[in-house]
This record gives sequence, structure tokens and C-alpha cells, in this order.
Amino acid sequence: MNIVVCVKYVPDATGDRSFEADNTVDRVGVDGLLSELDEYAVEQALQLKEKRSDEEITVTALTIGPEKAVDAVRKALQMGADKAVHVQDEAIAGSDAIATSLVLAEAVKKANGGAVPEVVMCGLASTDASMSVVPAMLAERLGLPQVTQASVVETQGDQVRIKRDGDTATEVIGGTMPLVLSVTDQSGEARYPSFKGIMAAKKKPLETWSLADLGVEPAQVGLSVAWSQVEDTAPRPPRTAGEIVKDEDGSGAVALAGFLASKKFI
Amino acid sequence: MSEVLVLIDHVGGEVKKPTYELLTLAARLGTPSAVFIGDPGQAAGAAEKVKAYGAEKVYAIDDAQIKGYLVAPKAEALQQLAAQVAPAAVLLPSSAENKEVAGRLAIKLESGLITDAVDIADGGVTTQSVFAGGFTATAKVTKGTPIITVKPNSAAPVESAAAGSVEQFAVTISDAAKTAQIVAAQPRKASGRPELTEAAIVVSGGRGTGGDFTAVEGLADALGAAVGASRAAVDSGWIPHTFQVGQTGKTVSPQLYVANGISGAIQHRAGMQTSKTIVAVNKDEEAPMFELVDFGVVGDLHTVLPALTEEINKRKG
Repeated sequence: MNIVVCVKYVPDATGDRSFEADNTVDRVGVDGLLSELDEYAVEQALQLKEKRSDEEITVTALTIGPEKAVDAVRKALQMGADKAVHVQDEAIAGSDAIATSLVLAEAVKKANGGAVPEVVMCGLASTDASMSVVPAMLAERLGLPQVTQASVVETQGDQVRIKRDGDTATEVIGGTMPLVLSVTDQSGEARYPSFKGIMAAKKKPLETWSLADLGVEPAQVGLSVAWSQVEDTAPRPPRTAGEIVKDEDGSGAVALAGFLASKKFI
Repeated sequence: MSEVLVLIDHVGGEVKKPTYELLTLAARLGTPSAVFIGDPGQAAGAAEKVKAYGAEKVYAIDDAQIKGYLVAPKAEALQQLAAQVAPAAVLLPSSAENKEVAGRLAIKLESGLITDAVDIADGGVTTQSVFAGGFTATAKVTKGTPIITVKPNSAAPVESAAAGSVEQFAVTISDAAKTAQIVAAQPRKASGRPELTEAAIVVSGGRGTGGDFTAVEGLADALGAAVGASRAAVDSGWIPHTFQVGQTGKTVSPQLYVANGISGAIQHRAGMQTSKTIVAVNKDEEAPMFELVDFGVVGDLHTVLPALTEEINKRKG
């Protein structure tokens, strides 16, 4: 069985994030890392492999991004993925989710010898654009069902059962492999790479592919052909400093009630 | 004017408020038409509701082959409807499921997609809040039929009487779209409180509650508010994940957000930073949450909130 985990290299959310002059996310001039929410996808892929230890299972970590993005798949290798692919091509910069899903779909197939792998694993969302649409788009492009937002994943043979918090109910979703699976941060803490894992990762196969390797034309991707364009980005104006009071013998509640009344909330 | 398709957000035929917000925004782009995917017997009732907010037509799609199979069949249904209507845009309420429907639909229609818009202006320019609410971006779909998912509380619904004539629309769902299905579903117990993402007021609790949400719930009820929580409270097992506000939970944008015993990590701020008015109660005066507030009280929530609740109830008479 083959599992391809799609991971993203994102700007560190705890650092300063910014946009380029063309309104694309600055991915080069900032500190980046493997998106925290994708670590859960790597973890679930590894757990699936461990639970089915009597089978031969290969976990491939796949990322698209600039040179530095290789750090995202390196981390996945250190955690325990078997091999990694980094799709890097200048033409990709500025691609929207639609073009990203096109490149991912081709790379997922190539990483699996041209066929669709049994499981394509994704995180809940990226921590930068956070649209949460790439798994669905990827499923559409690969002609696969999608089983998303899993907090619990169970498999038996080619059957997959997940549990999730749906919009209106707690649901159990069933699907048959091959499929696209996405997991949430509720699925279980992601492991830290061990020293042994870090050393072992250096010897694992890591390939870099260009668009030409995938048979994708540069004209199909990138900022200029994006199906939606960001017209402007601006930092949110800082909130004007509010009034802060110390509660002393019930004064806080009275002051707060006064504030809420002045705003007509009570 | 071209039609603008608006997917009705409903539970068992009962239309939810974001639908009216979307119809109001849709009127800026063309003539709103509502799309009801559900039990055919409930379509007329839904049409009665949406026609008050400008829906000239209501396309009724029988969900017999859609229900239980998640997003792929919904995307097929909307694709077939869009092929017939050639709408100026397709608007869906932003929910986890609808964003996935929109993602598949965008690929099918070869159309651009914008998610989590908080406003749509004439000409289809959307406003989004990005990077955990730290930036505002405006964007526009430049290819195909704009597909836009809109967050709840993005517009004040404006009543506008329209025909609301119901048209049945028959769809053909492929077998391939029915390969993932809901095996079991446990509907959430009704709390009697407003839905978290739609509420005008949200009262949240975090680590500072110490696991006791009584004071938080008491204040929420006095204000007619929804209850929310930080990830710390959820991870501690004090409250179910469905109450979580933040990056990996719900994103809310109410008129008033009251954060109690919540430090204000960026992941939490991502889910509530666009709230109109923010109030915090926290023992720790260094809590980053105080940087965001319009009004803050440094104090113990277990004494401040009950006193505030009593004060509110007293003023209500």
C-alpha cells in the first residue's frame, strides 16, 4: 500500500508574516516550517503504517514550494516518512489553490508510478491561506472520494472509517480506497523526530521535480493565470487601546456592565 | 440581470440566517435565486422564507441521491444547475462542508473560487480577513463563474419582497460521487443557545475557568449569547471540540466577544479577531488578549462573571 502525504511549507505564524508587492504571500523572506496542521497528517500516515505492520506500506511526503520548502518534507522524513518529493519550479510561484491542486494531482500520481495511491493524506488546512479546499480539489482532479476532517481514523483492508465533528452532527464516514483523507488536530499529537530519526532521514530518498517532470505546462500555473486575483492586502488597523480596569470588591463587574450598556448590549 | 445562485443553508427545511445574508449580498451582483437541496416536501416552506429576502426563483433539488453521500453529489448537482442557468456567481455559506463542495465545483466549472469572504461589493470584489485576522485582502474571481463562500455575520440581511417561485430541478448523480458515505450521525443536543458561528454575542471560556463553565454559561444566557471555548479548555476535556473558537475550530465574527480566562494565543485570535467589540476578563494582566480588547477587567472570572450576570439581570428588571 502506498500513502502520499501532502504537506506545505508555511511562514511561521508566530513570526511576522507579510505579502509581496504582487500581493502573494512572502514565502522567501520569512522563517518558515512544515505547517503544524500537516504534522498531524504525517503522524496519521505513520500510525496507519505501524498499525498494519504486516503489510508493505510506503509513506511518501510531498510538497510544492520554493527552495526552502524542502524543509517541510525533511521534517516528515525525520518523523518517519520513507521518501520525499519536492516539486520546485519558479513558474509555480503565486499559484492559487486550483493550480496547486493540478500540480499536486500530477505529483501524487508520479510519486506512485503513474497510478493513484491507496491513500492521499492531507492536513485540515494550511496555516497561511487556510482555505481548506485543496483536499476536495485534489479528490476531484484524481477522481477520488474524499473523507475529510477526521479526528479518528480506522482502516480494515481497503475500507476506511473516520469519526468527525460535522457541521451539525458527530459523524462516522465510510469510504473505500483509493481515497483522499484529511485529518484534524484532534487526531492525535504529532511525534517529535528522534535523534535516530534525524540521522536516518539523511539517507532517505528525496527527489526534486520540476513542472516538466510532471508534464505540466508553466502556462497552466502561477500568479498570472490564477482564476482569482488578490487586488489588495493591508494590515488590519491596530485596535485602539481599550480601557482596562482592575477588579476590586466587585468594581470590575459594575464597570463592565456600564461599558456593555453604553454599547447597548444590555 | 443574470441570476446569482445562493445555496440555502437549512436543517430539515428550516432556513438558517446566513442564507438571508447571502441573498442580500447576491442582490449586489444580479438577481438572487435560491437553491434548496433537501426533502422536496420542504421546498415550498423554504421558498416562503427566502422570497422575503429577494429570491426571485427557488430551485428545488431532491436530495434523495445526495443525502448521506457528503460533498461530491452536491457539487455535481450545482454543476448541472449552473450549466443550465449560467449564473453570474454562485454563493455558499462558509462551512467546512460547503467549502469542499465549492472546491469541487470550481474544478468542474473551471472557475475561480474565493472562500470565507466577509463582504462582496458591486462588481464581485470580495473582502477577506487573512493571516489570523492580521490582514485584510480584497480579491476578485477572474475566470469562469465566481464561486464565493461567505462567512456568517458578514452582512445585515435586508428584506426585499420577491416572487420566490419554486422550480423543480432534476439532477443525475454519478455512482462515483456516492463512494464516500455517512455511516452514522449523532446530531448534537440542542443547547437552546444560538449557533456559535451565527450568534451576535459569544461568551467564551479558557484555561482560567479551571474546568468550571457555570459562570461562562450563566453570562451567556443573560446576554442571549452562544458559548465558546479556547483550545486549552477543549484539550483539557472540559468542553467538546465543537465549541472551540480558533484556527482549528470555529471562526466567529460577532457584535460582541467576551473572552474569559483566555490568554489570547494567535491560534485563538485567528478565530475571533474580527469581532466588532471585544471584552476580556482575566486574572493575568499580562495576557495578550488585553491587547485586543475594547474593555478589559483584570480579575477572577469566577467572581466577576456572576456579579456581571446579576447586574445584567437586575438591569433587565
